[in-house]
Amino acid sequence: MRPRFVHLLRAEWTKLRTVRGWTIAMLAAGLVTVALGLLIASGDRASCGDGASEEACPAAPVGPGGEAVQDRFYFVHQPLTGDGTITVRLTSLTGIITYPPPGHDEIVDDVVPWAKAGIMIKDGAEPGSAYAAVMMTGDHGARMQHDFTHDTAGLPGGASNTSPRWLRLTRSGDTLTGEESADGVRWTGIGTIRLKGLPDEVQVGLFVASPCDLTVNSSLGGSSEECRFTQATAVFDRVDVQGSTPLGTWSGIEVADDDGQTDWEKDHRPNGLVRSGDTFTVSGAGDIAPLGDSGAAPIERTLTGTFAGLIIVIVVAAMFVTTEYRRGLIRYTLLASPRRGRALAAKAAVIGVVTFVVGLAATAVTLPLGTRILRANGINILPVSQLTELRVVVGTAALLAVAAVSALALGILFRRSIAAVTVGVAVVVLPYFLAVGAVLPESAAAWLMRVTPAAGFAIQQSIPAYPQVIGHYAPSTGYYPLAPWLGFAVLCGYAAVVLGLAALRLRRSDA
Amino acid sequence: MRCELHAEWTKLRTSPATGWLLLAVVAVTVVLSTATAALVTCPSSGCGHDATRISLTGVQVSQALVAVLAALTISSEHTTGMIRTSITAMPRRVRILAAKAIVLTGPTLAAGAIGVVGAVVAAGRLLPGNGFTSAHGYGPLSLADGSTLRAVAGSVLYLVLIALLSLGIATAVRDAATAIGVVLSLLYLVPIIALLISDPQWQRLLRQISPTNAGLTIQVTTDVSSLPISPWAGMGVLAGWTAAALLGGNLMLRRRDA
Repeated sequence: MRPRFVHLLRAEWTKLRTVRGWTIAMLAAGLVTVALGLLIASGDRASCGDGASEEACPAAPVGPGGEAVQDRFYFVHQPLTGDGTITVRLTSLTGIITYPPPGHDEIVDDVVPWAKAGIMIKDGAEPGSAYAAVMMTGDHGARMQHDFTHDTAGLPGGASNTSPRWLRLTRSGDTLTGEESADGVRWTGIGTIRLKGLPDEVQVGLFVASPCDLTVNSSLGGSSEECRFTQATAVFDRVDVQGSTPLGTWSGIEVADDDGQTDWEKDHRPNGLVRSGDTFTVSGAGDIAPLGDSGAAPIERTLTGTFAGLIIVIVVAAMFVTTEYRRGLIRYTLLASPRRGRALAAKAAVIGVVTFVVGLAATAVTLPLGTRILRANGINILPVSQLTELRVVVGTAALLAVAAVSALALGILFRRSIAAVTVGVAVVVLPYFLAVGAVLPESAAAWLMRVTPAAGFAIQQSIPAYPQVIGHYAPSTGYYPLAPWLGFAVLCGYAAVVLGLAALRLRRSDA
Repeated sequence: MRCELHAEWTKLRTSPATGWLLLAVVAVTVVLSTATAALVTCPSSGCGHDATRISLTGVQVSQALVAVLAALTISSEHTTGMIRTSITAMPRRVRILAAKAIVLTGPTLAAGAIGVVGAVVAAGRLLPGNGFTSAHGYGPLSLADGSTLRAVAGSVLYLVLIALLSLGIATAVRDAATAIGVVLSLLYLVPIIALLISDPQWQRLLRQISPTNAGLTIQVTTDVSSLPISPWAGMGVLAGWTAAALLGGNLMLRRRDA
């Protein structure tokens, strides 16, 4: 009589459950993930304010999509009720960068690549509110952006006195259309977007922002970042607002200003509006963009204990089968299930499911507890959607499970636990150590996290890297080169290959 | 003791894995160090890189191979039951462990030396092309330079100590998979924790006591004063770990039935 698959599962489950060392080790894998995560979280502290009066850092504003954002710029605005259009001509975009490399000794006239100047329709002047904007940038041509994370490219080029650029933004209900033109006659569309729930009365106007100039000093073993103040100045004329209500008066506001002023702003040119006739000269600093990990922690910061659990799981999964080879039990296993593929499937299913359950219990406890500890220590958590949080929690458990199944397959391939464990650790944990620990230079680190099974760690990344924001995107700062599911798919691909090889070996060779 | 040494040397010599692992130690040390040297650039003076350390990066990975080789020398005897024969033939168990340690030291020292010197020579040819020139404050890598010599000789010594540490742990733990799991955790987990923990005092403490972080300070030739522990003191910490592991292994070997 051929055994049913459920009997094979039961047999494998009994084998796993009744070895006391393995049960203890699996529990330890879960506990170590929790304990390390919480330990690292409790060692993390942050406070703002000057020396004597330490206070909690203010939380960043949250954008319409639920993500933390920076929303600091100079806004020359007036109310607009109902539908309308704003058209401007931009004749100049200049700026300063304070103390850039290599000398770090002078203020130079230059604009940073993502300095922004243009027109905007925004749901009030509160930081984090919904908006749509058409703009010229320092190096990236004309763009249309909305709600912080969305960016559409228009034509490249810049704006100057000899070749000015015209920008137009039209509101019609929830729909906003951005256009640009070289002469104000022939218009090219950049994008049409919808802002759901935009109220009847919005603020319309001119804006200028200039993100700080980032320099990354990366050396092996760690890196330091420095972001220096920059300011952009744009000259607008032919400003025209068409709407159902009569044209109001312009007023200027520094959105999300922190009251502090740099020496440049005090001594040379403060952010603001200088108007002479129909010409508006607007200076601004800051950025309108999603916030990276500066000053706040992503949720996966609490799951850094995963790699410790991973080593234990690899050891147990490899032993789960190599012990059978050592003791000769494998012959009985194969005798009981002559179709060897099914025996392998039962073994893989049991170790995979058990690891997944243990991993899920660990991550589901660690993430909420860890974020609570971080918040209590004054560290703001970058908000993410519940779906993303679920992906990080479940994905980490799946990462452990897939690694366990791979280790099992390696155990069948090599039949010796020491080889299986060494290879398992070498291809999953070692690349993570070399890349995240910045042992290797960043280019090599990114390459490792692309082609090795350690790519699966990408499933933990909750905040994406945005091309329209200059940041220090490297494995050592928590940004992986592959998208979360793609990275996980790389790991699964490797698992499938070793599982296939293991099935082949199991069928072809004597036990 | 001569008999023990002879027996252990024969076991090590005739195990098929030994040759491959030693070859891999050399290859990984040279290739990984060279690859790193090829990728790191020094665009201007004061770029803050430690050229010697870059050219010794491969040790971070080849230490795992050395650890596997060492763990195999004892745990494969437990796997096959050979250990009972060994103990019957050589009843003084401490001598078995001592003989294993001595026999292991020779090939590790040789492979480590070839790998490390090869890495420095290969990397030393590449680095000037990446901006590590005298104009940027970097002389050619030379073993005549005191701190470079210390880093190179220290790296070889480091590999030997890691091998003995692994031997001690594998003797105490017996099971091959568990032993290598424990050793690799010790080598790689503690440095990652030290990196991720942001409390500076904890970080400093972990870097002072972790066998890898403390031991590898021997490779640092620039900014030595800012290290959490001085190079030779760091090597001392690793030697302490190794001594403790060997003593523990010896104790377990004597106390337990094989």
